[in-house]
Amino acid sequence: MRNIGPILTVVAAIFVLWYAGAVALNASWAYDKAKRANVEITFSEMVADTMQQKKPKLPAPHQVGKEIWKTTGEMVAKGRAFSKRSLIYHSWITLSATLLGFAMGTALGVSLSVGIVYNRTMDMSVMPWVIASQTIPILAIAPMIIVVLNAIGISGLLPKAVISMYLSFFPVVVGMVKGLRSPDHMMVDQMKTWSATKGQEFWKLRLPSSMPFLFPSLKVAMAASLVGAIVGELPTGAVAGLGARLLAGSYYGQTIQIWSALITAAALAAALVAIIGVIQKVVLKRMGMA
Amino acid sequence: MNDTVISAKNLSLTFETNDGPVHALKDINLDINKGDFVSFIGPSGCGKTTFLRCMADLEQPTAGEITVNGVSPTEARKSRAYGYVFQHAGLYPWRTIGGNIRLPLEIMGISKAEQDKSVQEVLELVHLEGFENKFPWQLSGGMQQRASIARALAFQADILLMDEPFGALDEIVRDHLNEQLLELWARTNKTIGFVTHSIPEAVYLSTKIVVMSPRPGRIHDVIESTLPTERPLDIRDSPEFIEIAHRVRDGLRAGHGDD
Repeated sequence: MRNIGPILTVVAAIFVLWYAGAVALNASWAYDKAKRANVEITFSEMVADTMQQKKPKLPAPHQVGKEIWKTTGEMVAKGRAFSKRSLIYHSWITLSATLLGFAMGTALGVSLSVGIVYNRTMDMSVMPWVIASQTIPILAIAPMIIVVLNAIGISGLLPKAVISMYLSFFPVVVGMVKGLRSPDHMMVDQMKTWSATKGQEFWKLRLPSSMPFLFPSLKVAMAASLVGAIVGELPTGAVAGLGARLLAGSYYGQTIQIWSALITAAALAAALVAIIGVIQKVVLKRMGMA
Repeated sequence: MNDTVISAKNLSLTFETNDGPVHALKDINLDINKGDFVSFIGPSGCGKTTFLRCMADLEQPTAGEITVNGVSPTEARKSRAYGYVFQHAGLYPWRTIGGNIRLPLEIMGISKAEQDKSVQEVLELVHLEGFENKFPWQLSGGMQQRASIARALAFQADILLMDEPFGALDEIVRDHLNEQLLELWARTNKTIGFVTHSIPEAVYLSTKIVVMSPRPGRIHDVIESTLPTERPLDIRDSPEFIEIAHRVRDGLRAGHGDD
């Protein structure tokens, strides 16, 4: 708990900057409004106005907080946690695509890395394609994935998960290739002196050795999965999910809604990464590698 | 001779490198008999480790012949003829000491009950009783190397190949382990091939000292030790010991040639 001081300091600084930014960006609207009503407003009246506009350029933190509470806690209190107006509902839509995409991406990433480590042809040929796949902007390829999958009758959760997977397999491949190759020559020779099969070498030596490399990759992959799921929601025309809230918010200039969806997405990502962090700590500690 | 365990005839190994061929071993002829403790000593680049690796089927000779227990090193490896101890203990950090010793047994498909029995036996041989459930990081470097030796002994191979196993340890720990290794050798009657570059270590341990010289890697001299089997540490002050050590040193110097 020694680092709680510095953390609070940074959070406080962010709030100060945020409020200052809200005042600066929303001031012109407040003055315009006063001008149209033919009244003079003082500086403090202007500041008060910038804190409570309906469609501010930059909503103040308390407005975002209120909106988040209204669409989460209050809905729960009313027993409508999964209504279409609830951020919990939208978060769950995005979270389910994120988790499925993350699982698929991790599986794909691990399988590709095993192929690369054990198969010479794959070693020479796969990596350039993996890297090339990540140079294509996801925004360009996401609509095509949705359209193509829709054409063969797949819609809903899976197309979004595929986009998540597309983003999340990459860090896993890179990390796991490094991890599976981390045992030194001596360890591999030692396996040979025991006439171990390739499978035994993999399960008993290479896979456990790769764990310290796997978890950092998973953290990056999880964050990328969430981005993928949100991006995947944009071209579907804003039906449900945090991405849909972002899109709907931007259609109607609902900046408060956009910011509350953004903050919720960030909190979700932080929570997911933190969960992996806890698992990492426990696993590596148990393995004597932490 | 009948009880020859390892036999090399005109053994050569040439590595092809970008700077041309490197003759790691050239025309090596050597017989190792059952129960021998053979040390290979020489400056780095003399091929002592390469020779040991040839016996273990970790390196393939480019010419000549080598047999282990009368068969090729590959067959010998597959029939679990030898245990190999590397310079570093190479224990798996995620396995306990017992789990590490069990590892080759699991790989070889030995039953759980047999595994437990073997683990207890070899832990006792290297004086690590009671450390079965400790993790490697809880042990000192010397204890880790003893655990590594226990692991090489676990599957009852008659040959023990050791590649500078005590090279990374300090002098005092090393003396202690040398003494224990002799005791272990006397109890188990194994054939041991031991690579080192310490003259006292080679003379203290061995029944046969193979002095090697580099470029190309060759056997310069083979010294049959005249020391008694019973060797307390202070035997190293005896005139006999000093004489053998002297002969090893002379061999190393002569083999080193002009560099």
